[in-house]
Amino acid sequence: MSEHAIDAPQPKLTKKDFTSDQMVRWCPGCGDYAILSAIQNALPQIPEKKEDFVFISGIGCAARFPYYMSTYGFHTIHGRAPAVATGVKLANPKLNVWEITGDGDALAIGGNHFIHVLRRNIDINILLFNNEIYGLTKGQYSPTSRFGQVTKSTPMGGIERPFSAGELALAAGGTFFARTIDTNPKLMTQIFVESSQHQGTSLIEILQNCVIFNDNAHAAVTRKDHKDDFQLHLEHGKPMLFGKEKDKGLRLNGFKLEVVSIGENGDQENDILVHDANETDTIIHHMLIRMSPPDFPMALGIIRAVKAPTYDQLVEQQYQQSLEKASFQSVDELLRSGNTWEVK
Amino acid sequence: MSKTMPVELDKVVIRFAGDSGDGMQLTGSQFTYTSAMLGNDLATFPDFPAEIRAPQGTVEGVSGFQVQIGKIDIYTPGDLADILIAMNPAALRSNINWVRKGGNIILDTDYFQDRNIKKAGYKTNPMEDGSLDDYKIIEAPITSLTKTALKGIELDNKSIIRCKNMFALGMMYWLFDRSKDETIKFLESKFRKKPVLVEANKKALNAGYNYAITIRAIASNYKIPAAKIEKGIYRHISGNQASAWGLLAAAEKVGRKLFYGSYPITPASDILHELTKYKNLGVITLQAEDEIAAVCSAIGASYAGQLGVTASAGPGIALKGEAIGLAIMAEIPLIIIDVQRGGPSTGLPTKTEQADLNLVLYGRNSDSPCIVIAPSTPANCFEYIFQAARLSIEHMTPVIFLSDGYLANGSEPWKLPSMADLPEINAPQFKGSEQEFQPYLRDPKKMSRYWVVPGMAGLEHRLGGLEKEDITGNISYDPENHQKMIDIRADKVKAVANFIPEQQVIGATSGELLLVGWGSTYGSMLSAVKELEKEGVKIGLAHINYLNPLPKNLGTILGAYNKVLVCELNSGQLANYLRHLFPEYRYLQLNKVQGLPFKITEIKEKIKSILNN
Repeated sequence: MSEHAIDAPQPKLTKKDFTSDQMVRWCPGCGDYAILSAIQNALPQIPEKKEDFVFISGIGCAARFPYYMSTYGFHTIHGRAPAVATGVKLANPKLNVWEITGDGDALAIGGNHFIHVLRRNIDINILLFNNEIYGLTKGQYSPTSRFGQVTKSTPMGGIERPFSAGELALAAGGTFFARTIDTNPKLMTQIFVESSQHQGTSLIEILQNCVIFNDNAHAAVTRKDHKDDFQLHLEHGKPMLFGKEKDKGLRLNGFKLEVVSIGENGDQENDILVHDANETDTIIHHMLIRMSPPDFPMALGIIRAVKAPTYDQLVEQQYQQSLEKASFQSVDELLRSGNTWEVK
Repeated sequence: MSKTMPVELDKVVIRFAGDSGDGMQLTGSQFTYTSAMLGNDLATFPDFPAEIRAPQGTVEGVSGFQVQIGKIDIYTPGDLADILIAMNPAALRSNINWVRKGGNIILDTDYFQDRNIKKAGYKTNPMEDGSLDDYKIIEAPITSLTKTALKGIELDNKSIIRCKNMFALGMMYWLFDRSKDETIKFLESKFRKKPVLVEANKKALNAGYNYAITIRAIASNYKIPAAKIEKGIYRHISGNQASAWGLLAAAEKVGRKLFYGSYPITPASDILHELTKYKNLGVITLQAEDEIAAVCSAIGASYAGQLGVTASAGPGIALKGEAIGLAIMAEIPLIIIDVQRGGPSTGLPTKTEQADLNLVLYGRNSDSPCIVIAPSTPANCFEYIFQAARLSIEHMTPVIFLSDGYLANGSEPWKLPSMADLPEINAPQFKGSEQEFQPYLRDPKKMSRYWVVPGMAGLEHRLGGLEKEDITGNISYDPENHQKMIDIRADKVKAVANFIPEQQVIGATSGELLLVGWGSTYGSMLSAVKELEKEGVKIGLAHINYLNPLPKNLGTILGAYNKVLVCELNSGQLANYLRHLFPEYRYLQLNKVQGLPFKITEIKEKIKSILNN
């Protein structure tokens, strides 16, 4: 390492410290602007040095993200960012690694890497921009597009059932899943900060609007006039209440969730489910992830955050164990270990 | 027991063959190791099926191991065996063509009954129908003798029968006047937790040895005196192991940790198995979810400042192409090992071939040159992969290391180098101020970028697969800039020719015929040239290790002969590459694509037919 790797004390960082000099080239009105701004607000709240942040992206509109950050960044190839990020994190576990991906990048071409990074629980943060469409290739359906959706490549309506990123993550053994939305900068910043504290792979699905090819895809959740009725902001340890007056809630009825109104039909607030993000069993988390309008609100916030050893910790553990057992300390010693003979 | 004097031989080729569960690889490697300890020069080649355990007794399930030992320079495992040990009819049938006429064949007669003879695909018993008349047959009921020898040992019948390979090895030890000591030590260590297996295997080994004496298997046994070998400390090493250790050496030399991302594939997996043992040296191995993840994780590690390496065989290299392009674009170090095997598609997974040269030279989108290096013996995989790492780091660009199944699994004695004698590897470090830093500033001589990695304060920058403006590294769609960057990437690889050794020529440095080859054909080609020299025929041999860029003097060498014969285990890939680069010369070809190495005789015959025309 060069002389630049010194541990110098750093002044308090601000949003400006994370803004690069490059012109941001997303479409006017794109949800990505709000996400970029939210992360630039979040990073100063994370106790890391600026040079230790790394942003790794795949391909797609979202993947241009690293160029707009003034941190270390690597814009890689389609779908493969989890694998590159894995190499970065294992090479230098001190780094704070963020992967930027979209619904096509993560769930179509990169589906395999997506499930395996979650399975390994490598300590990185994944921001999945879900706009339910292919933007950069100009409007084909994605793995999260709705059944029946008309797009450039499905003129008669899509005949594939969409993936749920969260459910896929849980099935892959994911230890952290949060959902947020591009219209709520405060929630985004808060979740980004909290996700960075989780040890393991943090997956954050961001419902993001593509103003050009899939405008209003999330309108059922975001429309100002009814968003309170269709957004459930989950907080660990708090009852699952929503609605403008917090007068609606979720309750278990047999093996299913149901929406109840407090005070009606004798339903009391203490009948309402209390959110436990740390519960290792995935059943309730699955149910929460699956909810969507019009019958249910969309669950936002940290849905799951459970403890499990991270891959990078286990690599370090095995390294330490190997040092205890090692019978050689250098390549010269290795070459001369075991079965050798001397020709005189 | 009276003992006749052993007959002295310069060299001998021995082939072990049996069912893939019979332990022939172990038997062969024990014989090899014992011979190496006695000071013989040697070369080995295992020949095993792709199926883990094909049906017993069938030709498909036969596993073989060939070793040539001698007192004079041994460059190959030998063309044809002087002695074959065949544990069943299938082993005989699939190996008989690898035995020279007049050679010895030891047969386990216990297996030559109707059922096994039919299973092997014979219509009649080869021991009776005269088809073995050209060979000296030694009939030995190996299995029943093993059973008799192990009577009273508390082991099930199956485990007893499995000791028959040690009986066979014991016979070979007497035939070639070798001590059993090293194998006994090996057995005691291998089965230290199961003393009954130590006892059983030792008994079988001794029984085989004594049986060979008793029956006077051959008139007298043979002695292969020690070779005149350079002084030093030696060990036995395979190509895959040497590749793994060369990487360890390079990482230690440059002071970076080694990151190895790979997906299991024959015949490259042993490198993963080997490297994962050296966590204490700082090695991180990742068994990735697929070939693409493997190379991408290595790219990530390189980006973060470790020595990133991935490996595969042809099918996997095809999958890694896009990612290699990213490493070319980002101008970071990356080593890609291609242990070539028979293809296309799944092809012949356990057999050797040299048919990925075009793939690694040209198999990526756009103009995306890579440095390409090929080792030529199992042991020199160490040296050449070390050089691959040196060039990749110092020139900040991917290097493809073209090994193959024959080198990977073949083995030979190796004189141990000392780390102090290996060349330095200097990572290009940026030494200027933060204000001066730009991601695409270059070292003026090597044209390499500087290896500035995350964690270095004040030098934060972005890399990526989109075309970058020279110097600043900003995204650029400017036509002139793209031309400039394409040219820089090409010139950067071309400039490597200034940092590699010139091409050496063995034999005649000018004259009628030059032999040109690359990679694992070295042993056969060198043997052919040496044997012809003894017969009074002088030709030259230029065996190429640096394939891209080629050594600067290669064109001059090609021009010093009337004819050039390019020998390779593909349909003419190097020949076409040379035609393209040096169109002024005419190229003759010797090609073979059978999943097998060249026989020395094949090369000699071709040379003679050219010279006689």
